[in-house]
Amino acid sequence: MNQQSFANTGKLVRFILRLDRFRMLIWLLALTFFTLMVPLAFLDLYPSQADRDVMAETMENPAMTAMVGPGDLGNYTVGAMTAHQMLLLTAVVVGLMNILLMNRYTRSEEEDGRRELVRSLPVGKLANLNASFIILSLLNSLLAIITGVGLYALGIDSMGLSGSLLYGLILGVTGLFFAGLTALIAQITENARTVFGFSLALLLIAYLIRAIGDVGHEALSWVSPLGWVTAAEVYSANNWWVLLLLIGGTLLFVALAFYLNAIRDLDAGFLPSRSGKRQASPLLLSPLGLAFRLQRTGIMSWAIAMLLVGVSYGSVMGDLDSFFGSNEMMQQLLASQEGTSFTAQFVSVLMVVVALIGTVSPVMAVLRLNGEEKKDRLDHLLGRAVSRTRLVAGYLVIAVINGFLMLSLAAGGLWLAAASVMEEPFAFGEIYGAGLAYYPAMLVMVGLVVLLIGFVPKVSSVVWLYVFYSFFVLYFGGVFQFPEWVGKLSPFGYIPELPVDEMEWAPVVILIVIAVGLTAVGMLGFNRRDIQG
Amino acid sequence: MALLKTEGLTKMFGNFKAVDDINIDVQKGEVYGFIGPNGAGKSTTIRVLLGMLKATNGKASIFGKDVWQDAVEIHKRIAYVPGDVNLWPNLTGGEVIDLFMKLRGGAMNKNRREELIGKFNFDPSKKCRTYSKGNRQKVSLIAAFASDADLYILDEPTSGLDPLMERTFQECVMEARDEGKSVLLSSHILSEVERLCDRVGIIRDGQIIESGSLDELRHLTRTNLNVETKQQITSLDDMKGVHHVERKEQALSLQVDTENLDDVIRHISQFGVVKLESAPPTLEDLFMRHYEGASASGGES
Ligand SMILES: Nc1ncnc2c1ncn2[C@@H]1O[C@H](COP(=O)(O)OP(=O)(O)O)[C@@H](O)[C@H]1O
Ligand SMILES: [Mg+2]
Repeated sequence: MNQQSFANTGKLVRFILRLDRFRMLIWLLALTFFTLMVPLAFLDLYPSQADRDVMAETMENPAMTAMVGPGDLGNYTVGAMTAHQMLLLTAVVVGLMNILLMNRYTRSEEEDGRRELVRSLPVGKLANLNASFIILSLLNSLLAIITGVGLYALGIDSMGLSGSLLYGLILGVTGLFFAGLTALIAQITENARTVFGFSLALLLIAYLIRAIGDVGHEALSWVSPLGWVTAAEVYSANNWWVLLLLIGGTLLFVALAFYLNAIRDLDAGFLPSRSGKRQASPLLLSPLGLAFRLQRTGIMSWAIAMLLVGVSYGSVMGDLDSFFGSNEMMQQLLASQEGTSFTAQFVSVLMVVVALIGTVSPVMAVLRLNGEEKKDRLDHLLGRAVSRTRLVAGYLVIAVINGFLMLSLAAGGLWLAAASVMEEPFAFGEIYGAGLAYYPAMLVMVGLVVLLIGFVPKVSSVVWLYVFYSFFVLYFGGVFQFPEWVGKLSPFGYIPELPVDEMEWAPVVILIVIAVGLTAVGMLGFNRRDIQG
Repeated sequence: MALLKTEGLTKMFGNFKAVDDINIDVQKGEVYGFIGPNGAGKSTTIRVLLGMLKATNGKASIFGKDVWQDAVEIHKRIAYVPGDVNLWPNLTGGEVIDLFMKLRGGAMNKNRREELIGKFNFDPSKKCRTYSKGNRQKVSLIAAFASDADLYILDEPTSGLDPLMERTFQECVMEARDEGKSVLLSSHILSEVERLCDRVGIIRDGQIIESGSLDELRHLTRTNLNVETKQQITSLDDMKGVHHVERKEQALSLQVDTENLDDVIRHISQFGVVKLESAPPTLEDLFMRHYEGASASGGES
């Protein structure tokens, strides 16, 4: 790696900034706004320490720990509360941002052939990777500084300068850690979708390992970088040294990525490319078959993830039981709630989360149609004897089955794991029904994507904002005590929260009608518009 | 009978007219060359003909059916090769060829497929990710020519092929024509068009600026002459139909409009011809004249 290898890095940095400044700005604004808003909301909602102690009490259960990590529940100040409930989740989102951006600047660039153009100019072999790191270092540093200083500037007693800076730095450094990891994977595999899939899978595995570790096997948490995030104990012990672990990991990844990039050919990876089939299997030979084949790996990975999510949540149910058994105050609290158990309430909250995670997969399945269009590959099908309706129907069938599968796996996994650890397990129908109740809301999301693709394909990915909105209001709705209509802006807000609520069929029927309507109108739009190319 | 016909076909992208009032027709059994510089509107026209884009104005029909309304019916009888062949990185070439053949409908001719794979010297077991542009085009060409279509619509199909493969491609086109099939070939490789096409339409800035059979169009072109004479030729520059006169020592090179050739040769022969070379008018000359645009052609003669 001589000096030449990095030639013209500076110009590339400016070029990427020029191209992507708005994308980065939006990420930065969203993340900092979110982080700074939360402690203010907490201060508003839980003004006295007594309020916060009640909150701490409800947080003190294994399921919550599995979700957000351990917290300083003994001294649950606004700072401790923010760090406990927000830091880990925000770190995951920052990790996701870094995975997306790093992949975008490295393997995507290369796979689309743009890197070749750039490399033919007097630009060094490693300049692109170098520029990508510089850009993401800048972005993560900005995030760290703005968050850190911003939190301190809120002027909340329990949020001192040291803790606030550590909070920001943890986010920034975790981001860089995943940027480094993605850069490394981008050197190894040849295609950008695989890079994204692998990196995201590692992020989720890191989260799950930490969840299992935090609930009972503490040593396990130390294997996961996200375990290091919570080990920092921000706003209580302020363990700065965890930064060293994260930075060390980052440096290792970066060094490896540079090394591998230096020794490989352009467009190549390190996984052997096998020679494939000379002829297609009959299953591939239809628009539906093709659509499935293109998404097969993604769907299977997501299915496994859903099963794992279900099983992980289910496996803490037993601890939950014994926890409530030993906590008298909690028992009284729950007894007053119309005879439903706290475990059942917990299941109902979990199901919203599970359903929304499960929604990601069918939404991606339909959005793939748009992806194909952007890559000019629809002409191959529509230029042959395939009608537009048949084309969309293929993607739709996959999405609809896919959504059902995701809910079934998660709910089934949850029931199975819960049944094996609980003394008085839930009936299968109770849990499975609670999950499946969200299916109509999921279908509305799918219908919405079809509608967007039919009329405004360029912005069809805004559906993610809506999915995120739904997650945000339904998951945090209780914490922030939003008014009811805020939740009703999402189709998921109309679903009865089983097994606590009674089943209602009216919303189910109405949502299905809406989903069908959106889909039909979207298809009409798709049939009438130009195919981009 | 016209298999393909457009009348006043216009396509706007916002306020931009990509295709402007185009009238072309492709007859049964002919190869129609559709030529023009990059961005002229060839691909846009073709994508309207395939029902991917909806015409802003005008009519277009193939086999007497409307290209937008009856797209699927029409596509059962045509084979299309796009200019930019983007394939799925994870599928092999062989899989994609099968997919393309199957989606067109009709019988799968396995023998023809193998024959073409051999002819184009193509390895169908590799993933599409590893194919060069030429190889991706081969996928599309093999699927097209392995199918029994009545009309082939080819959008710059040879821009990534090497000369040997280009010849194979030309053989395929000629074979199709001999079987009475029709071809719409968009191209900017002139030797290819001259070789294959019965008629051509030249498009620039969305408009057809010239069309007709190659012979008809040659009338519009100029013959290149190189002459050496015993005496110096005089008053040549003032003659009608003479352009680009250049003197190099004794030799003289000039371009002559085809209709004035007779007069010019008579004039030159007075000066004692030592050597006379003439180069036939090429499509290239015609092409260049139109490419040069309004300013250049206004400056001459
Ligand atoms: N979807 C689109 N939106 C706007 N302009 C377009 C679009 N597609 C093509 N164009 C423009 O239309 C013109 C004709 O393009 P095209 O038909 O691809 O040319 P050709 O195939 O002859 O090279 C070009 O100027 C191109 O930029
Ligand atoms: Mg084109």
